[in-house]
Amino acid sequence: MPAPPCASCGKARAALRRPRSGQALCGACFCTAFEAEVLRTVLAGRLLPPGAVVAVGASGGKDSTVLAHVLRALAPRLGLTLHLVAVDEGIGGYRDAALASVRRQAARWELPLTIVAYADLFGGWTMDAVARSTAGSGRSRSCCTFCGVLRRRALEEGARRVGATHIVTGHNADDMAETVLMNFLRGDAARLARGGGLGSRGEGGALPRCRPLQLASQKEVVLYAHFRRLDYFSEECVYAPEAFRGHARDLLKRLEAARPSVVLDLVHSAERLALAPAARPPRPGACSRCGALASRALCQACALLDGLNRGRPRLAIGKGRRGLDEEGAQGAPGDAEGGVEGAQGASGDAERDVEGAQGDTEGGVEGAQGAPGDAEGAPSSCDCGASGVRAACDCE
Amino acid sequence: MVWQVLEGLSRDSAKRLRFVPGIVYVDEGAACGRSPEDRAKTLSEARLVLEAVGFPHHEVALEEVFSLPPSVLRRPAQGPAETQAQGDYKAAVDTFLQQQLVLGAQDSLPPAPGEGQLHHPQGLPGPQSWTAAQTQALCRLFESVKTLTAREELLQTLRTHLILHVARAHGYSKVMTGESCTRLAIRLLTNLALGRGAFLAWDTGFCDERHGDVVVVRPMREHTLKEVAFYNRLFAVPSVFTPAIDTKAPEKASIHRLVEAFLLRLQAQFPSTVSTVYRTSEKLTKAPREGCASGPRCLLCMCTLDIDAADSATAFGAQSCSHLSPMQLPPLPAEAGTPPTPCCPPGPGRAQGADERQDAQAHFLEQLCYGCRVNMKELASLDPLPPYIQAEAQLRSQRAWVRREIQEFLIEDGGDGEDGQS
Repeated sequence: MPAPPCASCGKARAALRRPRSGQALCGACFCTAFEAEVLRTVLAGRLLPPGAVVAVGASGGKDSTVLAHVLRALAPRLGLTLHLVAVDEGIGGYRDAALASVRRQAARWELPLTIVAYADLFGGWTMDAVARSTAGSGRSRSCCTFCGVLRRRALEEGARRVGATHIVTGHNADDMAETVLMNFLRGDAARLARGGGLGSRGEGGALPRCRPLQLASQKEVVLYAHFRRLDYFSEECVYAPEAFRGHARDLLKRLEAARPSVVLDLVHSAERLALAPAARPPRPGACSRCGALASRALCQACALLDGLNRGRPRLAIGKGRRGLDEEGAQGAPGDAEGGVEGAQGASGDAERDVEGAQGDTEGGVEGAQGAPGDAEGAPSSCDCGASGVRAACDCE
Repeated sequence: MVWQVLEGLSRDSAKRLRFVPGIVYVDEGAACGRSPEDRAKTLSEARLVLEAVGFPHHEVALEEVFSLPPSVLRRPAQGPAETQAQGDYKAAVDTFLQQQLVLGAQDSLPPAPGEGQLHHPQGLPGPQSWTAAQTQALCRLFESVKTLTAREELLQTLRTHLILHVARAHGYSKVMTGESCTRLAIRLLTNLALGRGAFLAWDTGFCDERHGDVVVVRPMREHTLKEVAFYNRLFAVPSVFTPAIDTKAPEKASIHRLVEAFLLRLQAQFPSTVSTVYRTSEKLTKAPREGCASGPRCLLCMCTLDIDAADSATAFGAQSCSHLSPMQLPPLPAEAGTPPTPCCPPGPGRAQGADERQDAQAHFLEQLCYGCRVNMKELASLDPLPPYIQAEAQLRSQRAWVRREIQEFLIEDGGDGEDGQS
């Protein structure tokens, strides 16, 4: 049975059906339609003003690859300058291959590429080292929390190095839907209150970030990559199976089988959530150590690193002494835990499944409350030489 | 819950409850496809239990939605109704019922999660009956909806309307439903997945006043299902089992089942899941998010509409855009100076040849909130719907049309006065 003609141009044979509307389209028309929709999102949401220098978080995975490709196609029309920023978390056997893919893309598209590595930025802490350090805690490792927070910082740093004015990441509609579910299951009211928009405007020095692919479904992203013959890296992060986000993803897949529109319905619900004022996050200030955006004295990245350095990796994770609501969140992007974004940052889109690299998978309850003890006092150091804000760390 | 109320009203309880309750049963057997004999059997079992309790009880069958007046869907203008207004309504409804009285067979009803709370005690229930024609109409309605998800939602809506009607007819001011903490957590996630995120506070909060004069309260929301089960067992509370619309359906059949299975499974692994979700529901407020003013209300669920403009950068905008014909997408030229044109022109972009039927359906859908819209889209036509819904829908679209015609002559309150052509 021959394929029906394309519903749009009527000339070529249809090569696919769009998952959302069931229309039969040929490859070229579909790609055009996809790009048009991304353009519409950017314009209607006023996400990227003309003349913006845009840092694209590139992980080598399908979402960031498609994002970079679409933005490159739209750049002349929108008046943008693009830079690729890739983050090297130091996960052996996974990130190296992904980075190779990013390098190939940068070469092919002739876009400038900057790579920032955790090892350089965060005093030698690679994700593998973090994983080893947190391995003995008995409960799940919460590598993803660290990875997400630190990746946000790294992305911000990389963007600054190239002089960018905006950061874009490749989160798609499925990511947003999973994040909503996850935040509900973890009871993270603060993130729920923050999320739902198209990105954050960037307060107090943090760069504005947005997600142009937010309303595109994952299936369409994959289809687009297929028809444009894009080459990307598609394996799962080594630490992915432990992530809580996996549960949300599993539920989403089943819901989608029952009702295909559920992804957008969830995004719509997230946009319209009304939370009580008490649950909203406090106004952000600046981190006392690094100056980045923070809702308490220390930004989340500094707090986490502190915990690692002092041999107490779970210091900044966990309930703390205060309740969930006031913990609220870390204010804003600079803090590396942007709202509903779940700290995906640059990478992580490559492997769909139980991602892991999605940052705040454990976010919710463990939400990253700044280490309680670190909030006050000037930095000092313990006798053993570890730096910290308390006179003595728990080396004894 | 009935048992608890009984205890609360007994003479020797420490804090005596101060209301006079009645009980409402809704028979949903027709929607579940049960035979009349089964329904009669369940009803007699239920009656035994009810009579043991001793409160006045009202038994209604779901078929009676076909005889509801359209005023069920209207929110009374005043707040909590005074006795006089209630009396007027009651008188009006009584006359209506008399007019609609059809000689019927027996009443048969399985227990429903409804209970009524009264100012003043009522006597025996009024004449309530249903016909085989109504049963068939009901079956047809449920069959015309394809997915189990939409069926369950439809059932929920109809049941709510019916209970509201009974409450209003008999002068009850509050309706208590027996949802437990577990059920509410499940409902929270389900409604999220159905696109009803804006209304979670009403759907799962303690009190739900969107119907105006009748308030729905959920006194059991702090108790988990397990506690309820234990209570029933320890105190030998009699109960009647009856199959529901989704009994024995496979897990993947509907969103409700999926979420229920998921949540219970997760609860086994992380024991705080249900209470965490429940606590989150307490943080929800009823105020709209950006203070969008009180606009028109949804026809079916009576919440303020949560629809954005068709070309906005939101999930709704994305969906309404992709439904239009792709021929209207402008090609991507390389001109830099063109003003940003909306990719999908607003307005009637639908294909030519829209029948009146499609028009009517479109008008109907426009009066619904996002969640109800997604459900009702599955209906092929509006005919199987109960007459009260159709009548009200027509009335509203008529009013909207009239309003559009005279819009330029209206003087908006607080704005500049418009005076048509000068």
